Amino acid sequence: MKIAVCVKQVPDSWAEKKMIDSRLDREGVDAVLNDLDEYAVEEALRIVEAHGGNDEGGPHTITIITMGPERASEAVRKALSMGANDAILISDSALAGSDALATSAVLAKTIADGGFDLVICGTESTDARMSVIPAMLSARLGWAQMTFASKVEVDPGSATISITRVTEAGVDHIKASLPAVVSVVEKINEPRYPSFKGIMAAKKKTIETRDLATVGVSPVSAWSEVKDAALRPARSAGVIVTDSGDGGSALATFLAEKKLI
Amino acid sequence: MSTVIILADFQGGVATKTTAELATVGARMGDVCAVVLAPVGQGAAMAATVKQGPIASIAIVEANDFVEHGVAAVADALAQVAQSKSADAIVIASHAFGKEVAARVAIALESGIITDAVDVASDKVATQLVFGGSTTVHSMVTHGIPVITLRPNSVEADLSASSAATENVSVTISDSSKKSLITSTEPPVKGGRPELTEASIVVSGGRGTNGDFAAVEGFADLLGAAVGASRAATDAGWYPHSHQVGQTGKTVSPQLYVACGISGAIQHRAGMQTSKTIVVVNKDPEAPLFEICDFGVVGDLFAVLPQATTAVAAAKA
Repeated sequence: MKIAVCVKQVPDSWAEKKMIDSRLDREGVDAVLNDLDEYAVEEALRIVEAHGGNDEGGPHTITIITMGPERASEAVRKALSMGANDAILISDSALAGSDALATSAVLAKTIADGGFDLVICGTESTDARMSVIPAMLSARLGWAQMTFASKVEVDPGSATISITRVTEAGVDHIKASLPAVVSVVEKINEPRYPSFKGIMAAKKKTIETRDLATVGVSPVSAWSEVKDAALRPARSAGVIVTDSGDGGSALATFLAEKKLI
Repeated sequence: MSTVIILADFQGGVATKTTAELATVGARMGDVCAVVLAPVGQGAAMAATVKQGPIASIAIVEANDFVEHGVAAVADALAQVAQSKSADAIVIASHAFGKEVAARVAIALESGIITDAVDVASDKVATQLVFGGSTTVHSMVTHGIPVITLRPNSVEADLSASSAATENVSVTISDSSKKSLITSTEPPVKGGRPELTEASIVVSGGRGTNGDFAAVEGFADLLGAAVGASRAATDAGWYPHSHQVGQTGKTVSPQLYVACGISGAIQHRAGMQTSKTIVVVNKDPEAPLFEICDFGVVGDLFAVLPQATTAVAAAKA
């Protein structure tokens, strides 16, 4: 079984983000592997480990796929150090400012050409937070959409997959034949920390860099544009009281004055 | 006149307030056609619950594929209705399901997409709050039929009575939209509290609860509020992850947000700082959340919340 895990390098979610010329400033902040993608990498590892592993010469492989600038290889290296086999980094100056539609087109073409059986993603990136790429990949590839999974079971023998989907709308049990596109929710698992051995091994693993021509997709400009972006005025602190036995009553009075109760 | 398609939003077969919100922004851009996607035999009954909002017409599509194949079948049908109505814009609720439907509709119609709008103007310019609400962005779709998802609770809904004419529309769901099969569905575990992202009041607990959410829940129930939790509280296993508010959890924007025993790291603020009124209870006067609150009490939440609960109950009586 060939599994692809799509990841993204994002600004550290603990950092303050800002816009420069209507785009997120990615240069001025620390960049890390998207938190939520670690669950996808971990789930891929657990799936292959339950069915014979992904050691060299083994039955399964896990390929990390990402689109981004050259420096995105740092995030890819982390996924490789967790135990993925190799990686594809799609990097092209024409991709700067791509929207989700263009990104999904590039990823889908790479996946379709790679002969994969299963794609695993996080549910969203912590920077754009759109949550649309997995559904777009499923639509573009014509593969089963198995998203927001809190549990994934794959049977490589019968090439089938079943998941438990958890959203605010409830819980769905869903099954499909492979190939399929999966997104996993946070806390489906506990992502492993890369071991020293894993980190050393990752240095020798292949990250193949492709430009758009190699992928075989023509550059498309984004189909939406930011007209303007402005920092919202900072909230200033209001009334703060120190509880000396009547803090709860003061709180109730505030809510009543604001007509919130 | 332009036609704006909205995907009517339901919970348990009944149209939600979100449906009226979608219609409200849709009506600024054109005549609103609400699309009701229903299992066979239930279209008329579901459409009859779409009673509020500036809706010009209702298009009913019946197919069991919506129940069996979920997002992919819904998006397939919605894209076809939008095409047959020559829609000028499509507005969908911005929850997990709605955003995925929008994603597939955008691909099907080769159109640009904007998610998580908090407002949409008559010229189809959408307002979004990004980076945890610190930045306001105005953006617009420049190709195809704008596909926009609107966050529940962000616009004042026009709740005027609607008595739009209904029509039945038939579509053909393609095989590629039937690749996954939903074998069973369980409704969300409600516990009598409103859904976190749709609630107009949210009361959240953090590290300061020490795992005891009773005071937080008691205050929440009195206010008819949803219960949220910080990442520290969910990571500790004190509260389910589905209730986590923050960068890696839910983003909420209620009328009132009450943070109890939450210091307020950027992580958490990102999920709640667009709330209209913020109240903070924390015994640490240095807690960063005090910097952005409208009203704060420096004190022990186990003393402050029960007293506030009693006082609010008395005020309500």
